[in-house]
Amino acid sequence: MIEQLQNAVAEAETRLTAVTDLDQLKALDSEFLGKKSLVSSLKKQLGGLDPEERKVAGRAINDSRRRIEEAVAEARSRLDAEALAKRYEAERLDLTEQLHRIERGHYHLVTQARDRLEDVFVGMGFHIAEGPEVESAWYNFEALNIPEWHPARGSFDTIFVDLGEPEEVMLRSHTSPVQIRTMENQEPPIYIVAPGRTFRTDTADATHLPAFNQIEGLVIDRGITMGDLAGTIDSFVHAFFGGDVKSRLRPSYFPFTEPSAEFDISRPDGSWLELGGCGMVHPNVLRNCGIDPDEWQGFAFGFGIDRLAVMRYQLDDIRELVNNDVRFLRQF
Amino acid sequence: MKVLLSWLREFAPDIDGDPVDIGETLSALGLAVEEMTITGGGLDGIVLARVLDLSPHPDADKIQVVQVDAGDGEATQVCCGAFNMSVGDLIPFATIGTVMPNGMEIGQRKMRGVMSNGMCCAASEIGLGSDSDGIMILNGRASADQLGAPITEALGIESDVLWDLEVNANRPDAMSVAGVARDLAAGLGVPFAFPEFSVPESDTSRSVHDLTRIEILDPVLCGRFVGRVLEGINIGSSPAWMANRLTALGMRPINSVVDISNYVMLELGQPNHTYDLGKVPDGHLRIRRAHEGEKIVTLDEVERSLIASDGVIANGNDIAIGIAGVMGGASTEISDSTTDVLLEMAWWDPPSISRTVKRLNLPSEASGRFRRGADWGENIDRACDRFVQLAVANGVISAEGVVSGQLDIAGELPDRTPVRVRTRKVNGLLGTDLTASEMADHLTSIGFGAEMVDTDLDVTIPTWRWDTTTETDVAEEVARMHGYARIERTVPRGVQTGSLTGYQLDRRLVRETLVGAGCDETQPMPFLAPGDLSRAGLPEDGVTLTNPLVADESVLRTSLLPGQLKAIAYNESHRNPDVRFFEIDHVFLTPADGQLLPDEREHLAVALAGSDATAAVAVLELLSEVLALPNLQLRSATPPGLHPTRSAEVVVAGRVRGVVGEVAPDVAEAFGVSSRVGWIELDLGALLEGPHGNRKYRPVSKYPSSDVDLAFEVPETVPAAKVEGSIRRGGGKLLVDVRLFDVYRGEGMPDGVRSLTFRLRFQATDHTLTDAEVASARQACIDMVAKQQGVSLRA
Repeated sequence: MIEQLQNAVAEAETRLTAVTDLDQLKALDSEFLGKKSLVSSLKKQLGGLDPEERKVAGRAINDSRRRIEEAVAEARSRLDAEALAKRYEAERLDLTEQLHRIERGHYHLVTQARDRLEDVFVGMGFHIAEGPEVESAWYNFEALNIPEWHPARGSFDTIFVDLGEPEEVMLRSHTSPVQIRTMENQEPPIYIVAPGRTFRTDTADATHLPAFNQIEGLVIDRGITMGDLAGTIDSFVHAFFGGDVKSRLRPSYFPFTEPSAEFDISRPDGSWLELGGCGMVHPNVLRNCGIDPDEWQGFAFGFGIDRLAVMRYQLDDIRELVNNDVRFLRQF
Repeated sequence: MKVLLSWLREFAPDIDGDPVDIGETLSALGLAVEEMTITGGGLDGIVLARVLDLSPHPDADKIQVVQVDAGDGEATQVCCGAFNMSVGDLIPFATIGTVMPNGMEIGQRKMRGVMSNGMCCAASEIGLGSDSDGIMILNGRASADQLGAPITEALGIESDVLWDLEVNANRPDAMSVAGVARDLAAGLGVPFAFPEFSVPESDTSRSVHDLTRIEILDPVLCGRFVGRVLEGINIGSSPAWMANRLTALGMRPINSVVDISNYVMLELGQPNHTYDLGKVPDGHLRIRRAHEGEKIVTLDEVERSLIASDGVIANGNDIAIGIAGVMGGASTEISDSTTDVLLEMAWWDPPSISRTVKRLNLPSEASGRFRRGADWGENIDRACDRFVQLAVANGVISAEGVVSGQLDIAGELPDRTPVRVRTRKVNGLLGTDLTASEMADHLTSIGFGAEMVDTDLDVTIPTWRWDTTTETDVAEEVARMHGYARIERTVPRGVQTGSLTGYQLDRRLVRETLVGAGCDETQPMPFLAPGDLSRAGLPEDGVTLTNPLVADESVLRTSLLPGQLKAIAYNESHRNPDVRFFEIDHVFLTPADGQLLPDEREHLAVALAGSDATAAVAVLELLSEVLALPNLQLRSATPPGLHPTRSAEVVVAGRVRGVVGEVAPDVAEAFGVSSRVGWIELDLGALLEGPHGNRKYRPVSKYPSSDVDLAFEVPETVPAAKVEGSIRRGGGKLLVDVRLFDVYRGEGMPDGVRSLTFRLRFQATDHTLTDAEVASARQACIDMVAKQQGVSLRA
């Protein structure tokens, strides 16, 4: 019997090593371990043996069954591995054979610059204010301390609109009207920036557009000083351009601020780049908005947004910003 | 305003230092340097030489061989392409190693086999004139005993620095060399003074008062009129030094009289005018406002029509002979036959001059100074003296030609009562801690008067600062002289927390969504050409511009459609047909009743070139999901410009917020777009003012769901959305999801009918649905569709 079992195990092991599919494996499993298998039939005969023989035989039978089971498991795992390998081979992909690109869209460069500016100013405690692009002479000029005869009016190169009296309605020549609208509608303290499109009668060329974007800042609070203006501009310059970029103020003139200044930022070569204008809000402007200049003081500043985009990517023609050529839009 | 260092030094001799540093000081004073040029410099190595011999080049016709003595007594051989020299001529000669002003370095070289050891120079090559035709011949201008001397020394040319300064509207004083010198001297801490301009004593038997009579009829217009009479004038040309300075400052030398007029204006900032006294009957001038419609022929021979706000100088017959402060009249212009001249030095009211200049579009150097506000103080007398002094010096008149006496008629001048300046207020504005005395020092350095009154100041503002009138104006001067750079930088103490508004956040969300959906953001110009709106099928009711740059940009858009179609056409013509664009920007509708300004709104447009209306609806539904728009409906409509059978109005919570669909093919074609264009245009402002963004938590059911497919035979006239709506109503609470997943037309379906298959998912939150419950809910859906839409399941 022992020999019989040994032969059966050897045969099972040999034949299982050779199985090539699950059906064969199932057949062998049944042949060597099923009800009619040698191990099963010998087990049934154990009852007829004396206890000592039964013990030896039983151990031999169990031992053989376990070895066959192991061989089956081994064959099964071999077949599984083979099947998986086969599948892997069948599913081989050339990952560089790419037909379906996921096309993302693109934010306009001006939006990118504007959003970043907004985020920096929100971080500095400002709210974002907006206003109309078509304005009246009151908001664009008069409330800003630029009376009708003032030479500065001419320097704005205003585009007028065929509404109202002649030169009463215009495309705003700066974002400063938003200052007035904000002060009319909101009690101080006021901390806002106002980004938006502005207009001048500039013929479009590589460095000019008749419609372009500016951002304007306004702070009205008690005890605001020109030192606060210089410090706020400095903080902004650090946050937006980087910690090693310096800023400076130079005297200038705007009818709606006094003292007025231009502000420059430092370039890596040590020279200065003029970025925008700023100053302490003129008492007449505060009065025009019903704010007492002896109680409240403030500052305003403004600069171009498009230029930041042009500088950042060293565009050689600002008209790209309005051409809407996808070959341009998709670069950023 | 341009200034020369040498000219500035006539008022402040101690101005000195690196021109770049001086430029920085000017900028820090608010006189930004736009350009700086070193003149008469860069001539090192160029010496005076004499021509010793001229001989033909053996192998070249266009150059000759020249021997020169460059100061060492020896002959130096050079080849030269000019033939205007003679033996013995004095010329400028560039020695070996000289770097020419244009950057070229002079080296020893062979020209067609003949060695050349330097270069003979033309005037234009060394910046000493514009002549480039031949070598500069200096016989008579330089002396032969200076051979070998640097050319600047031999010719007495001083190196000079020219700064082009940006002068702001509030700085009338800086529109003159003297004014810039005053500011710069204060900035550098060096003395400033006007030289004495001496006028010859003249025969006192005849006085200017005998020869002229001036009446100021409008004292607001003319604050002061100062005049002199010069007899026996002789018009010639100006000396080179004066012509050179005028040229350097950007004015063209014309003749000795005009040049002095301009020189005095540039130097002292006082514009002035000369009348041919012989053409002014009795020397009588009347200064008044123009009569409405009054005519005058100005110096430029143009007849101009005046209005009542213009100022004129009229003669004794009340005929206008000049537009005050703007332009003289042709009838009294100085000419070759002029013998006697009336010199006018006046102060005109800046707003009056501004209005006339603007209306007549006649800007000039003179009116630019009057508009800013010229100096009405003793500078007028000084300018008068300077004019006379130069006229005598330049031979325009003899000393005897200066008629004794000076006219000085007063109108109304600006008030110069001292302004009380509160030290605390100034420091509070600037963020400084200056004492009254420090402030006073800053102010007096530029000619302001400052008297201490307790801890404050009474400040007298000088007459050369018309625009400066208030305490804040004075504070600005204190800041300027103290130095903006010395103001300590702080940040506002009361600074609040910043944030975007809900609208601004939603707008960013819309952009994010569209960028994620593969759309590129565009920003076309907001201007349209006339006819663009009607080409786009829209009413031609855009607001128009009064002074557009070009006719193609003269209408403000009422819709984003034309701009987007232009952008698509542009890209299509550059072989990029299937663009997916979006834009968020303003449109301008005709003003509402009683409103001055247009009805300005912020729109959102999505343009999907090469896609049809369903693609646009898919994007709309995405936006609806992102913004949680309640009850989005597509209401059948034929919006202008859109495809009449492929478009709808977008209705949100019962309100029309825009349109969706496809651009009408004829409209697309009119803009040169050949593909279909899926289109969305929403009034984003109105949409986001309405209800949106409300999301409520729904617990996720722990129980299994049952899916059921229903295919209906639906006539083309019944929208899928209606069927879906009925399914939802029929399914009630148990129906947690419905979506259309198949559409079939064709074989087996009657004409005008398609099969729409919906997948329904039923689920309860508190138990597993029984088969009976699912069956009953399914039937309720079918019944509702049958009842509301008259549509039944596909057989």
